[in-house]
This record gives sequence, C-alpha cells and structure tokens, in this order.
Amino acid sequence: MRQALWTLATLVSHWRRHPANLATLLIGLAIATALWSGVQALNEQARKSYDRAAAVFGTGGARSLVSTRGGLFPQDLYVRLRLAGWKVSPVLEGTVRIGANSFRLIGVEPLTLPHETQLARIRDDSGIDSFLKSPWRTIVSPETLLDLGEADGATPVTASGQRLPPLKALANAPPGLLIVDIGVAQVLLERPERLSRLIMNERLGAAAPPLAVTGDALRLAEPEEEQDLARLTDSFHLNLTAFGLLAYLVGLFIVHASFGLAFEQRLPMVRNMRAVGVSARTLIAAMFCELSMLALIAGSAGMACGYLIAAALLPDVAASLEGLYGAQVAGRLALDATWWIAGLGMAALGALAAAAGGLFKAFHLPVLSVAQPFAWREAQQKHMRRQAVFAGFGFAASLAALLYGKSLYAGFILIAGVLLGAAPLLPLALAGALWLGEKSATGTVTRWFWADSRQQLPGLSLALMALLLALATNVGVGTMVEGFRKTFTQWLDQRLAAEVYFEAASDPDARRIEAWLEKRPEVEAILPVWKAKIRLEGRPVDVIGLRPHETYRAHFPMLSAAEAAWDSVRRGGAVLVSEQLAQRLHLELGAMVDIPTSGDHWRAEVVGVYPDYGNPKGQLRVDLDSLVQHWPDVQRTSYSLRVAPNAVSGLIGALQAEFGPKIARIIDQAALKKLSTSIFERTFAVTAALNTLTLLVSAIALLASLLTLSNLRLAQLAPVWAVGVTRRRLSELELLRILFFAAATAALALPLGLVLAWCLVAVVNVQAFGWRLPFYVFPGQWAQIFALALLTALVASIAPIVRLARTAPADLLKVFANER
Amino acid sequence: MSARRLLFITAVLALCTHTMAFADGFAGLGGDARGFAEVAPEKRLVFPEDFGAHPSFRIEWWYLTANLKDASGVSYGVQWTLFRQAREPGPERKGWTNQNVWMGHAAVTSANEHLFSETLARGGVGQAGVSAEPFRAWIDDWRFAALDDSPSAGLSRLRVSANGSNFRYTLDLTTDKPLVLHGKDGFSRKSDRGQASYYYSQPFFTAEGVLVIGGREVKVSGQAWMDREWSSQPLAPDQKGWDWFSLHLSSGEKVMLFRLRSETARGFCAGTWIAADGAPQPLEGNDIALTTLSETNLAGRTLPTTWKVQVKSRGLEIETAPLNANSWMATRFPYWEGPVSFSGSHQGEGYLEMTGY
Amino acid sequence: MHHESLNLIIQPGTKAPPACTALSPLLRVVGLKKTYATPQGPLAVLKGVDLSLNAGSSLALMGESGSGKSTLLHLIAGLDEADDGEIWLNGVLVTALSDFERAALRRETLGVVFQQFNLIPSLTTGDNIAFQARIAGRFDPAWQDELICRLGLKNLTDRYPEQLSVGQQQRVAIGRAFATRPRLLLADEPTGNLDEASGDDVLQLALELVAATGCAFLMVTHSARLAAKLEQQVHLSSGVLAKP
Repeated sequence: MRQALWTLATLVSHWRRHPANLATLLIGLAIATALWSGVQALNEQARKSYDRAAAVFGTGGARSLVSTRGGLFPQDLYVRLRLAGWKVSPVLEGTVRIGANSFRLIGVEPLTLPHETQLARIRDDSGIDSFLKSPWRTIVSPETLLDLGEADGATPVTASGQRLPPLKALANAPPGLLIVDIGVAQVLLERPERLSRLIMNERLGAAAPPLAVTGDALRLAEPEEEQDLARLTDSFHLNLTAFGLLAYLVGLFIVHASFGLAFEQRLPMVRNMRAVGVSARTLIAAMFCELSMLALIAGSAGMACGYLIAAALLPDVAASLEGLYGAQVAGRLALDATWWIAGLGMAALGALAAAAGGLFKAFHLPVLSVAQPFAWREAQQKHMRRQAVFAGFGFAASLAALLYGKSLYAGFILIAGVLLGAAPLLPLALAGALWLGEKSATGTVTRWFWADSRQQLPGLSLALMALLLALATNVGVGTMVEGFRKTFTQWLDQRLAAEVYFEAASDPDARRIEAWLEKRPEVEAILPVWKAKIRLEGRPVDVIGLRPHETYRAHFPMLSAAEAAWDSVRRGGAVLVSEQLAQRLHLELGAMVDIPTSGDHWRAEVVGVYPDYGNPKGQLRVDLDSLVQHWPDVQRTSYSLRVAPNAVSGLIGALQAEFGPKIARIIDQAALKKLSTSIFERTFAVTAALNTLTLLVSAIALLASLLTLSNLRLAQLAPVWAVGVTRRRLSELELLRILFFAAATAALALPLGLVLAWCLVAVVNVQAFGWRLPFYVFPGQWAQIFALALLTALVASIAPIVRLARTAPADLLKVFANER
Repeated sequence: MSARRLLFITAVLALCTHTMAFADGFAGLGGDARGFAEVAPEKRLVFPEDFGAHPSFRIEWWYLTANLKDASGVSYGVQWTLFRQAREPGPERKGWTNQNVWMGHAAVTSANEHLFSETLARGGVGQAGVSAEPFRAWIDDWRFAALDDSPSAGLSRLRVSANGSNFRYTLDLTTDKPLVLHGKDGFSRKSDRGQASYYYSQPFFTAEGVLVIGGREVKVSGQAWMDREWSSQPLAPDQKGWDWFSLHLSSGEKVMLFRLRSETARGFCAGTWIAADGAPQPLEGNDIALTTLSETNLAGRTLPTTWKVQVKSRGLEIETAPLNANSWMATRFPYWEGPVSFSGSHQGEGYLEMTGY
Repeated sequence: MHHESLNLIIQPGTKAPPACTALSPLLRVVGLKKTYATPQGPLAVLKGVDLSLNAGSSLALMGESGSGKSTLLHLIAGLDEADDGEIWLNGVLVTALSDFERAALRRETLGVVFQQFNLIPSLTTGDNIAFQARIAGRFDPAWQDELICRLGLKNLTDRYPEQLSVGQQQRVAIGRAFATRPRLLLADEPTGNLDEASGDDVLQLALELVAATGCAFLMVTHSARLAAKLEQQVHLSSGVLAKP
C-alpha cells in the first residue's frame, strides 16, 4: 500500500513538471465525455418525452378509430358505436396558443378511458370530481407548467380568448400536453360535438372497424401510422449520436496521443522505479489508479460541460423536432443518475482504451533497457514491425466491415479500422520518404539533413500520428459537415419551398379557407398537398398530389429524372419516387409501378427519383388531379402557400383571426427553416470548435515532443556545428525538417480524411438512414488544412528552434566535454 | 326496498372513480345534499312521468332481478341495473357538461356460474339515459324498454337485454298487475333520523327469453321484480352495509325486506308485504327478524349466505339458500347479489343482496 | 569443468546452501548461466559463474565491453532471470523468487547505481534520495540529512535532476542507494559518464559510505585504476570469472 502510494505520488509528479501534457490529456477526455454525454442527454430527454407521449393513448399500441377523411368527425358516431356495444372512448385533440407557445390540448373522457392508457393512470389527489365538474381541471406535466410560466391553479387564457380550467401539474403527465375533460376541450377548441379519435378498449376485444354502425366515416388507424415518434425521429437522433460518437473518438485519439507521449516521457522514471524495487504489479496498480483519477476528474468536467451543451441545445432541438415531426419534447433537462454514471463510465472506458497500450507496455517493460541501448533500438524496430502488423489488422477489419458489414456498427468499425490502420503507417511512410530523399540528395549537408531526419523520426512519430489523426478528422468531418449542410439546406429549401403550410380541420373548412385565400392579393399560389396513405409491398407509403407549379419545377431537386418529367406527371400516368422507396423497391427511371388505389391498381411510370432525407416512410408524388381521380376520398385539408416573404406573418395572423379552430395546424415555414438551419449550424459549430481544439492539441503534442528531443538534439547537432555549419543554418534546417514532417503528414492526412468522409456519408449514413449523402469535395478546405498543418508545426517548433539558435557555443562544446 | 342503494351508489362511484385513478372523489357526498330536490312525504307519484329520470334528485336507479328456469327445470338468475348520479345540483346541462354519471351492472347466475359486467357513461350526450313515455332506459347497448311504443302501455310489456364478454341475455317481461308503492304511497323512510326516498316496484313480471352463457344458448322463463327509487339524501355515516331480500312466495304474494347494518346502533329494518293482487302492506322493523344460518368464505371475506327470515305478523318463518353461493359482483365496488330459494312456512324464490362485508 | 579455471575467494563447486550465519557470505553465486538470443544465433554470455562476497567487503568486476559483467550484475539485482545456476543473497535464493519478490528484495536489501539515467526526472533531489527508502518503508530523516551532508548536496535538495551536473546526479543516485542502508551496493560503471576527477570523487564517497554502513559493494568497471580502489578484483572473460 505504502509502496503503491509513493509510486502513485511519483507518477503524478510527472504532471507537475508537464502541465501542458496533463492539460491535453484532461481536455481530450473531457471533450470526449462532454460531447458524447451531451448528445446522449438530448437523445434521452427526447426519448423519455416520446415514451410518455406515445403512452398517452395506450401501451403496446392500443388501437384507435379516426376519420376516414381525416380531421374531425361528429360525436354522434361515438354515441352510435357505444349504443351498438362498441367499447370506445372519445378523444378530441387540438392545438391552443398561450402566450408565445403552442400546446397540444387533449380532451378525454375518464369514465370510458381504457385502463391501459397512460392517462387513466395519472393520479391526482384532488379527485376525478374536480376533473369532471366546474371549474374543471387542466392536467399538465411539471415541465409544461414551467413552460406556461404559471403556477398550480392558474387559469391562463388562450389566444382565442378562452380561459383554461385551473392548471394541475402531475409528475407522470406527458410533456407539452394540456389534458382536459372532453367537454372542456370542445369548448376550448370551439369544436362542439366533434371528436378526433376513438380509443378502442382492447381488453373488450373489438375485432374490425364497425362498418355497419358508422359506415365508412371511421377507419382503424394502423399502428405504424400512429405517431410513432421514436421511429420518425430516429434519423435525427442517429445524426446526433454519430456526431457524439465521432467527437468521442477524436477525444480518445487526443487522450491516446497525450497519454502515449506521457508514457514515453516517463520511461526513465518507470525504469528507475522498477530498478529500485517497485514491482510491475504495483506499478500497474498505481498507473491504473492514476488513470482512474484522471478519468474521474476529466469525466466529471466533461459531464458538466455535456450537461451545459445539452441544456443550451435542448430548446432548439425540441423546437426543431416539433417543427419537423410534430414531436413534443420537454424543454427542460431532467437527467437521472444512470446518465451520470453512464457518462463517467464512458470516460473511464475511453481513458482505459486510450491508455491500454501504455499500461501493457509498462507491464512488459524490460528494466534492463536502461543499460542496453541496443536492446531499446531493437525494441523500437520490433515496435515498428508490430505497428505495421497492427496497421494491417486495422485495414483488414475495415475491409471486412466494408464487405460483410451491414449494420451501423460495421460502419463505425470501418472508420475505426481505417484510422487505426493509417496512424501506425505514418512513420513507415515518412521513413520511406526520408530514405528516398537521402538517396537522391547530392550535397553533404543535404544528405546529413535527410539521414538525421530519419534518426529523429521515432521520437516524433507519436506526435506526428496525433497530428495526422487531427488533420484527417478535420478533413473528414469538415467534408461531411459541409456536404451535410449543403444537402440539408437544399432539402429544407425543397421541403419548405412554400412560405406557409396549413392544415384545415375538415374538408369544408378547407374549401372555405381556400376561397378566402384566393381573394388575398399577397398569396401568390395555393398549393394543395393532399395525401393518400397506401401500402406497397406491405410497407406504408404516402402518395402526395401536387398541383403543377413553378415552385416545384424550380425548387424540387431530383436525383435523377426523365426528360420533361414534370410534364409527364402532369399528363398523369407518371410518378416521382422518393430515394428510399426507389431503393427498397429497386425502381429505376422508366420502371412501371403498380399502385393500389381506392379502386383498381394504377400502373404508372417512374419518371423521377428525388431525395427525401430523414423520412422513414416511402413517398410517391403524383399530379393532384390523378390523386383525386384515383383516391376520391382523399383528405383535402393540407396546403402550402406561396406568399410574399414580408406578408407571411400578417397572413398567418389574419388566417388565425378569421378561421380560428378551423385551422388545425399552421406553420410559418420560413421561420421553421431558419430555426432548423440554426440548430444544425449550432451542432456544426460545436464540431468546428472541436476540430480547432483537436488541431491545437496536436500542436501541443508536437511541441512537447520537440522539446523532449531538443536536449538530445544538441548532442547530434554539435558535431555538425563543429564542422562549420552555423547555428543559424542549423536552426533553419531544424525548422525545415519540422515543416517537412508536417507537410508530409498533411499530405497523408488528406486522402485519409477523404476516405473517412466517404465512410461517413456513403456507409454510415446509408446504414443509419437508408439514404446516401452526396459526397462533395471542398478543395478550398484542403488548402486551408494544409496551411493549418504547417502553421501547427511552426507554432510547435518556434520555441525549440529559438532555443537552439540561442544555444551558447560553450554549451555545444560541453557535448564534447562530458557527454558519453 | 330502502336506502341500501343510496349508500351503494355513493360507495360505488367513489370507488370506481378512485380506481380510475383521478382520485377518491365524492368526499362531500356524506351528508351534503344542498341544491338538490328533497324527498317530501306529501308528494304523490305521477305516471308515466315517474318512470323516467328525476335529474333534480341526486341519486336514482332502475333495478331488475329475475328468477328463471329452463325447460328441464334448471334455475338461473338475471340482474339488470342502471344507476344515475348527479355530480352537481342545478338545471340539467346539455352535452358533456351534463351533471349525470350513469353506471350499468348486469349479471347471469346459475348453480355453478356467476357472470357479470359493468359499464359507465356520462350524461348529456345520449350514451345513457331514461325516457318515461314510452319507457326506455339504456346504457351503451344495454336496454330496458317498453316493447309497445303506445303512450298508455306503461310498464306492462318490457324487454330487457345486456351482455358481457362471456354472456348476454334478452328477456321479455309482461304483467297486468299494478305498480306497488312502498312506504306511505311511495314515500319510503330510510332511517329513524328522517332520511327517505321515493320507492316503487313492479314485482309481478312474468319473464321469458334467452340466456347465452359462454356460447351456450338457454331458453328460460320465470318471474321478475323491478325496483325504482330516487332520492337526494344519503345515509348516515355509521351505516356500513345492508342485507336485502325480494321474495316471490308460491302463493303469489311478494315480500320485500331489508336491514341496514349500523356500526353504532341497532340495524334499521323495514319491508312491504304485497298481496297477490298487488296491495302493499308496510312492515314495521320490529315485525322482522333476520338471522344468519351459515357463512361462505369468498373473495377474502365472510358472507352470510343462508338465512332465517321471519315476519311475525304474517307467520312467515323460512330458511333461504343461494342458488350459487359465489354470486360475487367483483365490480369496481364489489358486493354479493344472487338468486335464492327458500322453504319453511312458505316456499318460493327470490333475490338476496348483501353489501359492506 | 570450468571450476578449475576459477580462482575465487571461497571454495568453488560447493552446491550446499549456505547457512544463515555471520560466517556465511552475503552473496553467493553458483554455476550461473545466461544465454541471449541474437539475430546471429544464441550468445552464451555467462557460462557458469561462481562468486562469493562477504558482508562489508568490496569487489570490482572487470571485463571487456560485452563480456557479460553488466548481465551478471543485473542477474544479482534480480532485474533479469538466469537460465541456470543459483544466486543466494542474504540467505535468500534469488533465482527462485518471483518478479514481485525480487522487487521487494531490491528495495529492501540492495542499492543500485547505474552509469546514467539513475534519477526520476520529475522528483527533486531530496525526493529522489528518499524514494527507495520510502517505498521500502524505512525512510529515516536523520540519516537522509546525514547522507545529503556527506554527499555535499545540501543546497541542491530542491533542484530537479536536469538542473544538476552529471557528477552531482551520480552523487544523488548514490544517496538514494544508501538511504535504505542496503546490505549490498551494486554499481554498474557508476563513473562511466564522469570525468576522472568527479569520477574519483563519486567513488570515494561511495567507498566511504560502504565503510560507514558496513555494506558489501560490487562494482562493474572496465578501469583497472578504479578497480584497484576496491578490496578484491575479478575478471569476467569468455563467460567465466578469473583473477585479473
């Protein structure tokens, strides 16, 4: 114990003398933990919210009946079903605006609500009595209460002037929801005797939609078309996770590099301790203990940063999820102990993984190397060979993952393999380049320059590897992020080309709103977005009807399209297919697709394939008239509007004032686009900051290596100085050498980075989302990174070079006097 | 009958809403009937209006029990009940804001099976309700209604139907006997402290119909008893349960008896002796004696399932035995209700209800 | 076989384990063999070395470069494992110990001084001297002060090794070795990196401390001049020991 403590204290004393090294280690680990745990916090928060929301109407998919035509249906259908013996429970859903926020309002009928539903389990001490009689009650989650800025018992007023019943916060209520009695909901939403959904009591076993009772007015909602938010938003979360994981890996490389550096620097110390009687076991225990301490410190800092990152990003992420998918995410972080433990666990695991090599080496360290330099050299050569083998393994794993892997994990193995394989190859590649240089050199000094550089290589290789990984990550992530940004912006432009989107509460409402809009001068176009739901090969597909308009011809990007595709679509008999659906059904241009309609099958030609990023469902786009012709019952409530940009908010206000609850949903798409872009910008900003940090860290690693070497360098340089090369010339050569190393590393980092980017967009993305991100290259970025590499090397070498240039001749002479 | 069902519905609704998890409401029901109509002795019942609902009163029910036999003489019992409770006083409101909550219970009992079902509904939207002329009571697809739509038909020809997950039944009921008003012309006293209800019955139905038990169809016939009662005043808090009998004597006479068990005082007993022509004679509490003969352990409780029943003034001294001792209604508020047969000074059959055990 | 070629302080060829008495030697090496694998094939460095050293006496181990004298020293220190033969140190059979036990033996019984890289760079002079004593659990402040005085390091205790001259660094190494009051001091060319004057100075300090503490002293050197300052000298050549 005493032995271990002193050993630990001695190990730790190293950091006091090398604070920069310690800082890199801690920063690397903290970054890795922070980004990973921050992203996990966001995901967990969202998932928790989905779970609560999904359980509102049941667990394990309680089925419900909805209007066949969409929108609301008369309450009379409910009564008729009940009187026919169907155990259904009425629900009315809608949105109310309170202050600056919109809230989903749900009216339920507690007496008939199936026990399985979460709402039936919400406990309230104040009793059902108060929920069912005046002044009634509004049940909310504590988060929603905070969002409302109200206290229990308050009665906020909606934008339409309706006063809510007194609020009551209950811990297990779903976030973002206002739960009221069905009767209260009908008043608040101004939908008397209308319902939006009937929940079926599975316990009492209702087999099929009761056609005899309600005709075709209601249909059974398919489970997968229920708002399976978790699935719908998977791609979004996977994106976040990918970012988090990448950041984690980069962080670990920093840790690995700085720990490796520290290990090399501590070799004399370790050998000394072994020589004077510290056992290998004690040494490993102490190193493990030290590592745990570092992991705990850096991990805690990382968790704190992760929490801050998540808290800062959450409101935007929540807004984006709601805007894009209609998913409600509580806007306040509530993380449990498992998150903290998992995060610290990741930090410890990462530290261990990054330091495993060092620990293993320490255990098997030959103590005798102290007095046997030749053995050390031999060990170094062995090490090089091992690294080559290691690189081979890395590439083999990558290849295997590429050829046989079909999962996201395979994608990550591919990336890890490429990076881990490329890093140890760097010294070999550099050695080769230096050997070539030496062979082709003619002058004496030049020959010496190349030969001496080769001799320097082992000492610098670790720092150069760190630089390589930092640069490659920079190129790779930069390429992906730029590509993603470009694609995402285009996609947003397409998807949200129109300025305003709205959904009417019912078909007649839609007709009235349409008529009203036609008289508005600021509305440039009214574009119906009517949607029929079908199944192709057993999977749900949306068929969207479009009125041919310049908006689409100008803005709708295609991956591939036949000549005059839009005209073919206009004539009917031709469709556009989303990328996901085309891939799934193996549809190419010119292929015929059989589409089940309300009547017969409709055989249509595929004239275009378009990207539909992030959509788990397949999609077909057809002419609006064709849609109405083939699906006469299609719900006709959704519209996009082209509006002069400065008139958008005025129009939305006028629409809401005029039609109130007749509009089920209205979205200012321009604002949404701005919001979505800003979220991704912020995510990318984090990545950019990370990249800068990585480079900085690799600069520090390089500096540390150079400083370590500079003492030894004196002995190597003194003879050259003695034979007549000036200190100034020597300094220039030293600088040149470092710049050469940096440039060579950057040259290798570029292809590596592009491979990394390709893996990310063409493998990881396809596995994750089913669509491929276009691979863009940004040569401007490369030049930037090349310059950055040189700058890094320059910054790192300034101090050692200046030191060399200022070395007094006496010190150089000393080399001959007392070295060896 | 008596205040038994007042207490019953109070407790049932309190408990059922509790299990519905919004809470244990109805705390105020204990004694506060302010704002609701009061039961007054001078009031005369008027038909057909009083077949229907009385929304100004707080609590009300329509209750039918039937003792039936199939072609081979096997006995069955059937229960159909609709409860109404107003959550707030005041003029009845339309739509979901309507004050009434409705609850239906239905059961079929044989010697070895007891199947039951329960359903709830809000008033104001048409899911449940009662109309007086023609008489029609319903909740979901359960019905208790006049077969004949003519206004003067009254309750002479009715059809009752209900179902659960593993049973259903439809019975046609006919009678030419008059209604029986309990107490003083239908003003039925509940306790010595003045609580009362309006209470009338039609105990003379002949019943005929079909039971379907677990997919097996049985043609049955027999006799049925309907109770109608409404009030606003709940029971005293010390009354924790009751035992109630409706008896069809083989002589054609009918007897209704009940005892409200009190934790602090002597139980309150009352009843009506109904002649074969329908003429009622109220029975005083000290004229009635109810004695437990044996008990059954059931659902973690001990219930007295065989009784000695005496009406001294009429020389009635009988022992009752349940058709199925396991006639347990495991509804949100559980109770025992099932057919019984009896012998002794008189023979016959009837129904027994026991709560609060 | 090669026993005849040895000329040693004690009788050669005895395989009997020495008893733990005052008379028995502190160090006894019997038939020690060590072969290294090299790219050119196996290289037998030690071909059966017998050696004995009494408590309080000093021995210079001489030989050509690569003659295996450092290997012998490392085997005695338990830093490496022999292929065959026995090493008895203070009554303990070193060659039978585990790595863990050998480490304990090193820190408790031995003092070790190498030619270079003797010190822990991140510890001050004072902490370096105290290091072995601390991990061995026998740190004695008074003895530490005395050592520092004797070694002339009084004003240098807060300095780090890189701030000292090479001679001063070796004096610190000697201080660390003596801080535990070892039974045996092993030194591998302790003055190899020093000029003659500071080398003599360092050796003189070491010999004084050997005398003062009564510990045995085994020094590897190729300098006959320095070897002469020790009580006995042996020569390692062709893997066996011989008198010079």
